Amino acid sequence: MSLTGWSKALSEAKGLKTGDLPEGEELKRFVERRHATGRVWHAVFLASTMVGIIALSALLLNIMDGAFGLVAVRNRVEPGALAIDGVPLQQLSAEQLVTVLQTHLSAAVVRRLDSEQPLAGRSQAELYALVLDRVVSPEVLKAWTLGQSLFGRAEVEQIMAQDFPDARLAFRSWLNPDLLRNTQSSVPERAGVRTAVLGSLWIILITVAVAFPTGVGAAIYLEEYARDNWINRVIQTNISNLGGVPSIIYGLLGLVVFVRGLEPLTSGTLLGLSDPTTANGRTILSAGLTLALLILPLIITNAQEAIRAVPRSLRYAGYSLGATKWQTIAAHVLPNSLAGILTGTILAMSRAIGETAPLVVVGATTFIAVDPTGPFSKFTALPMQIYQWTARPQDEFRRIAAAAILVLLVLLLTLNALAILLRNRYSRRGY
Amino acid sequence: MDQPKMMELDSEGTADSRFAAVPFDLTKRRHLRETVIQAFLFLCGAVSILTTVGIVYVLGKESLLFFRSEEVNLVAFLTGRVWQPAIGKFGILPLVNSTFMTSAFAMLVALPLGLAVAIYLSEYASDRARSLLKPVLEVLAGIPTVVYGYFALTFMTPLLRVIFGRDVVGIYNTASAGLVMGILILPLVGSMSEDALSAVPRSLREASYALGATKLETAVKVVLPAALSGVAAAVIVAISRAVGETMIVALAAGAGPAFTFNPFKGAETMTGHIVRISGGDISYDSVDYNSIFAIGLTLFVITLVLNIISRYVVQRFREVYE
Repeated sequence: MSLTGWSKALSEAKGLKTGDLPEGEELKRFVERRHATGRVWHAVFLASTMVGIIALSALLLNIMDGAFGLVAVRNRVEPGALAIDGVPLQQLSAEQLVTVLQTHLSAAVVRRLDSEQPLAGRSQAELYALVLDRVVSPEVLKAWTLGQSLFGRAEVEQIMAQDFPDARLAFRSWLNPDLLRNTQSSVPERAGVRTAVLGSLWIILITVAVAFPTGVGAAIYLEEYARDNWINRVIQTNISNLGGVPSIIYGLLGLVVFVRGLEPLTSGTLLGLSDPTTANGRTILSAGLTLALLILPLIITNAQEAIRAVPRSLRYAGYSLGATKWQTIAAHVLPNSLAGILTGTILAMSRAIGETAPLVVVGATTFIAVDPTGPFSKFTALPMQIYQWTARPQDEFRRIAAAAILVLLVLLLTLNALAILLRNRYSRRGY
Repeated sequence: MDQPKMMELDSEGTADSRFAAVPFDLTKRRHLRETVIQAFLFLCGAVSILTTVGIVYVLGKESLLFFRSEEVNLVAFLTGRVWQPAIGKFGILPLVNSTFMTSAFAMLVALPLGLAVAIYLSEYASDRARSLLKPVLEVLAGIPTVVYGYFALTFMTPLLRVIFGRDVVGIYNTASAGLVMGILILPLVGSMSEDALSAVPRSLREASYALGATKLETAVKVVLPAALSGVAAAVIVAISRAVGETMIVALAAGAGPAFTFNPFKGAETMTGHIVRISGGDISYDSVDYNSIFAIGLTLFVITLVLNIISRYVVQRFREVYE
């Protein structure tokens, strides 16, 4: 706003005639008021920024709140009742533990356990864990959040005394080694994320194997080869448009093209590799390809930026030594932009790992408790699992979901730390 | 690959004519290998075109099947207020309505906060503060949306129920989903706007200070108008992101289409409906199955238009400084 604008606005506010400027005390008060307004808004801006930090803290605290807490546990058989001749359960010999298993479990269950791994061949510690799991079989009757456990202990104990007099109160970390070891289960305390984590890793492997070469290739083409003609402009515009397409649309694309259209390929029947459990195209391969298309625009854009940052002089140096275009790219441009390309790819990977909606559309939410064995297995993935558990009304599943979220966040954190390390390691090279 | 071998590959004539040609015709030599590589790289670029063609074809074809089926007609689809496939009612308005409700709530949070964050980071914050605050925003932006869904359901909804009363606020409601979506989109608005504000040349600010303007007056009356195209683009991109956001609304906004303007009631959005229907067991080639593609097409058109507008705004209204 111009100077006359200022004075005009001021005069109107003061009821002065246009052209008059405040003087003396009046000017001082006026300036002070403007500065006071400035200070107020400074505080407002700062507070708004703090909201971001508060939101992040609330989010993390909320997850912690869910992942740990008191539980009411009831054992099916008390460990004390399993002592033989006064020797507590934990100190029983391997043979005695086998006897305990045989007396408390049905013959069929014992046979199944034996066929998984001969009971006689198991160590005492393994057998003890097995007895705890199968015979003692603690059952979670109610789960409280961390906040309730810490600040509402009295209330928790009151509910315990009222509703579950025969259960004991224990602190449970839902994030525990068993969570990583166990497969999906309809019993929350036995449910784990092993199949989901393996599924996620398989999917990511395929996604990166497809999207990385394609994305970098496209970026090289656009930066180094493409002339400014209509087809290349269409490609470039198209890539930025694809970046704005909601992820669920990619899910629909994957459902029709990979799951149904290319079913012979994605189910593995074409190669004679189909998994006996899956007869359809809802496989890891379909999911991986769908996510590859999803993160392709991201990889291309990031790789383009990295390639663009390589100074022109390096290319000229290559050409002047008689190198062809590709020789120059392969020997100079790519090595110098590799750090940027890899960083961008890792960031795209972490986007893919957390992506849920397209996977739900491609894979559907079915109950899967067997580990994936290859690209043609049916799958579940970590975020899908979190979605299913969160969507259930029972508290226990929300706890498991919180613990699974922690696993997911740790996975993402590792990836991002890797990206930062890469960036620091390679960006030291100066031009 | 070593040089002589390549020359062999490239040449079309005999060895003698090749050596004779070299001094005169260096530039016009065709390198087979180079051509193959270039063709391959072009194909990589073309994958993106194929993706778009695929999206348009898939959505178009399945939607066409949907509109061809007897229970459906286009007018009823666009104006109907009931979406109940079980009784053959396919009116998209309830889904669109709740999508815009959640998006509006998201923008209510993300727009003022995002803009304030951008102004703070670009005009007020010291380098030290910026280096602390920007990672926080990046982390917020990097958290998977399903985690936000969990947050909405287990934190925001109970919070709203405490504030407004349990009988007013439903277990699933659009307000909770929208507010949390606002937090998700906040970093997007913040960082895009900050880029636009930071691109405004320093000279404009100094001119403003020289005239006696305070920091606030400079930021709001000089820098912000100069960066308006970038900020507007950020807002439009944010709206498009909110419209397409899926997991938060799938978890927190409710399962079941409802035409309501009450933000404390559950109402399924377009994306939420697609996820719920496709996540269940549906048979291919049923009207239900085709209907999610018609919703997808609507969603695709809305977001595409928003993204095109945003690019147009940037190009058309950008202030260029030397």
